[in-house]
Amino acid sequence: MPNDAAPQWTLADDDSDAQLRAILRDILGLKPAQTAAFDVDSGLFGALPELDSMAVAGLLTEIEDRLDIVIDDEEVDGEMLETYGALLAFVRAKRAR
Amino acid sequence: MKRVSWPCSAPGGNGEEVGLAAGPADATRRVLIVPALFEEANRTRRLLAQTMRAAAAQGVATVLPELPGCGESLAPLDRQSLASWRQAMAFAAEHFAATHLLAVRGGALVAPADLPGWRLAPTAGALRSLLRARTIAAREAGRSETAAELLVAGQERGLELAGYKLGPTLIADLEQAALPDAPDQIELTVGELGGEALWLRSEPGEDAHLALALAAHLADAVG
Repeated sequence: MPNDAAPQWTLADDDSDAQLRAILRDILGLKPAQTAAFDVDSGLFGALPELDSMAVAGLLTEIEDRLDIVIDDEEVDGEMLETYGALLAFVRAKRAR
Repeated sequence: MKRVSWPCSAPGGNGEEVGLAAGPADATRRVLIVPALFEEANRTRRLLAQTMRAAAAQGVATVLPELPGCGESLAPLDRQSLASWRQAMAFAAEHFAATHLLAVRGGALVAPADLPGWRLAPTAGALRSLLRARTIAAREAGRSETAAELLVAGQERGLELAGYKLGPTLIADLEQAALPDAPDQIELTVGELGGEALWLRSEPGEDAHLALALAAHLADAVG
């Protein structure tokens, strides 16, 4: 969902950004304007109280289901979940494989 | 809305299982609602109650059974399997003379495949989520657990995940589970219905619009 408010890096050639924002919206119960405001440095795990370990688990499973990828245990670490940019980069790299 | 029970020989149960029903007793359209699994069942409870009331206002009868071992069921959860849940849902469909079905999320794994109806955001990923929640929580606490190790132990001795005591059979079943083919069941997504995926949220709240949209599907002639 690239829009005027979104920084340049969201304008990639796939729909990972839009899909990931939609999933976070569903999981966190946010309004579209709120997830649209996420940027590369927006904090996720540890920064959003709604995102506890149960919610992170749901988030990863939903990413798998909607984007048709498989996320291994070993790939899940604090760094990949720390910011929106890190999670998006991870998802993009997975989908590129 | 009334409490109902039906004869069901779930492992460790007392010969009957329980649920909620709404709508006219003599309705020609009778919808069995197969609930989501584990925490998602709680998160969607209010949505389904609102859907049942809205469907009743349109002359549709609905029944929302508990899966044996869950909610108000007297059967122990750790003795259940996908087979016992599947059988319980088949017994419920027969007892309430269901003509249609609404399977919610992981409920699609145990819903009677031969009834026409709908699947709301079906998934086979319930166990993956539970295992992940546990390994992530363990890591935060400084312990190291992997999903693979938990699965091996769980299939031998059972496993408690997010407060749910799952027996070895259910863990093995869920690990291998894939959504069954059900050509007469239409897949519904929140995108199409114009609602919110309450089952993904720790604070689900309610979505009256989604309940009305679901009820409209239940009341339409399909199948």
